[in-house]
Amino acid sequence: MADFNPIRLWKRFLALPNDDLGKTLVFAFLITFVASVIVSVAAVTLTPFYQQNLDRERQARMEEMVASLSVMSDILSELKIDDFDVRIVDLSSGTFAKDIDPTSYNQREAARDPNQSLSLPRDSDTAGIRQRANFAPVYILRRDQALELIVFPVRGVGYQSMLYAFLALEADANTIAGLSFYEQGETPGVGARITEPDWQALWPGKTLADENGDIRISVVRGSGQGRFEVDGISGATRTGNGVSNMLHFWLGDFGFGPFLKRIQAGEIRL
Amino acid sequence: MKQAYAHLTDPLIKANPITLHILGICSALAVTTSVSTALTMSAALTVVLVLSSAMISAIRHHMPTAIRLIVQITIIASLVIVMDLFLKAFAFEMSKRLSIFVGLIVTNCLVLGRAEAFARRNPVWPSVLDALGNGLGYSIILLTVGTIRELFGVGTLLGYEILPLVENGGWFRPMHVMLLAPSAFFIVGFLVWVIRSLRPEQAETPEFRILSHDETAQS
Repeated sequence: MADFNPIRLWKRFLALPNDDLGKTLVFAFLITFVASVIVSVAAVTLTPFYQQNLDRERQARMEEMVASLSVMSDILSELKIDDFDVRIVDLSSGTFAKDIDPTSYNQREAARDPNQSLSLPRDSDTAGIRQRANFAPVYILRRDQALELIVFPVRGVGYQSMLYAFLALEADANTIAGLSFYEQGETPGVGARITEPDWQALWPGKTLADENGDIRISVVRGSGQGRFEVDGISGATRTGNGVSNMLHFWLGDFGFGPFLKRIQAGEIRL
Repeated sequence: MKQAYAHLTDPLIKANPITLHILGICSALAVTTSVSTALTMSAALTVVLVLSSAMISAIRHHMPTAIRLIVQITIIASLVIVMDLFLKAFAFEMSKRLSIFVGLIVTNCLVLGRAEAFARRNPVWPSVLDALGNGLGYSIILLTVGTIRELFGVGTLLGYEILPLVENGGWFRPMHVMLLAPSAFFIVGFLVWVIRSLRPEQAETPEFRILSHDETAQS
C-alpha cells in the first residue's frame, strides 16, 4: 500500500456500498463542490451583463420619472440637457464637494469601501443600510434659470430586499414631486407593487416636514390622511414601513438633512 | 429503438405531466397570461429538466441512499440558479416578467418527479429522452393555455394584434377574466376533460361510489 494510486482509490470509493457513511459524506462533499463551482462560474461570467441591464433600467427609470413629474408637458419639452445638473454633496457637512467628478462617482461602490463611507451606529440606521457613502449625487433640474426639482437617490431595506429609489422634491425642498423605485426584490404582487405607477402617483404633493422641521412623512396602514400620510399597500405593511424608515433616514442627520437645512436657510443657492 | 422513441412521445399527450399526472400546475397558472412568458418558461424548464435528468442518471449507481433527495435537489437548484442568471443577463425584460417563477422551477414537482421516477433508475440516454418528452409535454400545455389566455384576454398573440380591439376601432372586447389565475384552472381542467374523453383509459377508476337515497335506506 506504499504506492498511492488515485485511480485505484477512486475505484475503491465507487465500489463501496451506497449506504456506507464514508461514501455518503464524500459524495455529498463532491456534489456540493461541483454544484458550487458551476454556480460560481455562472455568477462571475453573467453578473456583468445583469449589472448592465440594471444600469440601463436605472437610467430609463430616471428618465421616466423626469418625464412623469408634475411639470406641464410643454415645459418639459423645453427641458434641455443643460437644465439637468448633477452635483455631488458631502453628506456630513451638507455642502457641495467640489473635487469629485459627478460623472465618475459611484455611490454604491463607495458605500462598500470603508475609506469612502461611514459605518452607521445601529440606532441611527433606520434604513438598515449599515454603510453610508460619504458623498451622494443630487440631480438639479432648472426651468428658465429657476430651480424646478431636486432629485435625491435613496435606498433602504424593505421586507426582504434593498429598495432603491429616486425622491424628487420641489423647489421649496419640502414638497414631494415624486418617488420612483427602480430596483427592489419585494414579494411580487404585494410589496413589489411599490413600483406601480398607481402607487407612486400617491406621492406628489405630500409634505416632508412640519413647521418645526420634524420629518413627518410616512406610509400608513390603510388610507392616509392629510399631507404627511401615504396609503399603504394592503399585505405589504413591512415594505411600507421600510419606505417610511428609508425616507426618514435619508432626510435626517445622516442623510441629506444637513444639505436640506442649508437650502432652506438660503445658505446654498441651487 | 422503438421503446426509446416512446420515452420521447408518450409524455406529449398520452402521459402528459400536467394533464395526466397533474404536476407543475403552479407555474402553468402563473406564467401563461401571455405566449411569450409561457414560451420562455417552457424553454427554461425543459433545459433544466433535461440537464438534471442526464446528471442524476449519470451518477445513479453511486447515489447514497440516505441523501438521495438532497443530492437531486442540489443538482436541480444549481441548474435553476444558472438558468435564472442566464435569463437576467440576456433576457432581462422577460426575467422581470417571470419574476420568481424561474427560481421556483426548483420546487416544480415535475423536475423532481422525473428524477425520482425515471432518471434515478434508467441509463442516461433514455433519461434524456424522457426528460425532453416531459419538457415538451409541459410546453404543449403551457403554450395552449397561454395562447387561449393571451388571445381572449388581450386580443394579441406574441404581442401582435389578432382580434381587433374595440378601443382600436375593432369589435373585440377583451375578457379580463382570462388574465386572472382562475381562468388557467378552467382551461387546464377543460384540457384534462377533453383528453380524458378522447382517451378514456386515462380516467381514474372512482375510489368510491355515491349511493342513491334508496340504497342508503336499505343498508
